[in-house]
Amino acid sequence: MRRVVITGTGMVSPLGCGTEVTWARLLDGRSGAVRVTGFEVDDLPARIACMIPTGDGSDGTFDPDQWLEQKEQRKVDPFIIYAIAAADMALEDAGWHPKTDADQIATGVLIGSGIGGLEGIVEAGYTLRDKGPRRISPFFIPGRLINLASGHVSIRHKLRGPNHSVVTACSTGAHAIGDASRLIALGDADVMVAGGTESPICRMSLAGFSACKALSTARNDDPTAASRPYDRDRDGFVMGEGAGIVVLEELEHARARGAKIYAEVVGYGLSGDAFHITAPSEDGDGAYRCMTMALKRAGISADEIDYINAHGTSTMADTIELGAVERLVGDAAPRISMSSTKSAIGHLLGAAGAVEAIFTTLAIRDNIAPPTLNLDNPDVETEIDLVPHKARKRTIDVALSNSFGFGGTNASLVLRRYA
Amino acid sequence: MSDIAERVKKIVIDHLGVDAEKVSEGASFIDDLGADSLDTVELVMAFEEEFGVEIPDDAADSILTVGDAVKFIEKAQA
Repeated sequence: MRRVVITGTGMVSPLGCGTEVTWARLLDGRSGAVRVTGFEVDDLPARIACMIPTGDGSDGTFDPDQWLEQKEQRKVDPFIIYAIAAADMALEDAGWHPKTDADQIATGVLIGSGIGGLEGIVEAGYTLRDKGPRRISPFFIPGRLINLASGHVSIRHKLRGPNHSVVTACSTGAHAIGDASRLIALGDADVMVAGGTESPICRMSLAGFSACKALSTARNDDPTAASRPYDRDRDGFVMGEGAGIVVLEELEHARARGAKIYAEVVGYGLSGDAFHITAPSEDGDGAYRCMTMALKRAGISADEIDYINAHGTSTMADTIELGAVERLVGDAAPRISMSSTKSAIGHLLGAAGAVEAIFTTLAIRDNIAPPTLNLDNPDVETEIDLVPHKARKRTIDVALSNSFGFGGTNASLVLRRYA
Repeated sequence: MSDIAERVKKIVIDHLGVDAEKVSEGASFIDDLGADSLDTVELVMAFEEEFGVEIPDDAADSILTVGDAVKFIEKAQA
């Protein structure tokens, strides 16, 4: 199969607009968690979230007007705007702006979302009930459909290759990058714009995830301390929003045009728990098989892994993932650093796997493991370095990123330094 | 310009994000103001909402310019 490399990244995250500003703040130990603003939360069990800082675009703030005209913004839910912004950044970073028929047809898009336009669906529901069907906008459907993130990016940049989308809850972003890499490896495209996007912070979503007992509710008055993966006092995840998009490219295609190469996507694994709709199987077998498959595809043994970006949501499931990793790496545990960046940016659901794959890429680029914030009292004893509180400089040539989703859907990506 | 014409013009400017001077009476939503077929559906809905009139689909199909909209609404409200 053909080799696939990452040549561009873009993101909108709770730590800022842009890959580098987010990465610098992540390494600096900053958290994006705040008390939710913009709508009523007093009657909700969870009143905090990791929200994108908005503003005029200065100091890393996100200004949607810089990416999409206001009249177009009104037609779509924010997850599409985030994807458009992150994809613009990624293509700019990659220096890939296909102009010829051949180049446009060789470039595809595969952006997923876990939920899509939930807020817009809720609003339209009120309109339908209160004003009747004649008041439903013609933009209601195309502004909410998950694959319209891919659609908009394709139309905007004239990318006429495979146009696809993924919906696998919290594994979406990782599956999107893995599947897009396959399309390149198999020769269906030379370049893919791939990743995940999510705009879940609304009353319906906070109420729904609270009902699933998934969200942290104990630290509404101390938001930045709420996401604390592996800590004994963790009590659920903190919802986040944003998008992460990468430009994936066939190795020789990237080399021929002198593109900057961040890392190579060498492994991708997928598995199903076949256990429960929201809980992972307690033996961690799904996670273990997923990681094993990704390593096998990569032709890499577990003791070569330097860094793992964990799924680590700050729920009871953290220890299940850790157990699966310990089973995978065995005696190599002491050489491995594994952190959960959800401690800083929260859980971006369908965007999580893509944003975290970018963090994993940058961990390789800069030889540094981003920290797990708030890990004051580890709930577990392990020889694996969980990178508490502070980023750790260390050699990172091979790294793995895990994502696990509701429905028992698992995805692992293995990235390697390109040399 | 009549009050109706002013209100129609404002809706068109808001929805299509165009400059006020472009929104003349003869301006075609699609040919001159950059609207697509979905934009025109939404414009008609906005006129209905603003003026409290019902614009049936066959009538909506014949509203192609700013002037068409003003005329229809003036007649409907007369």
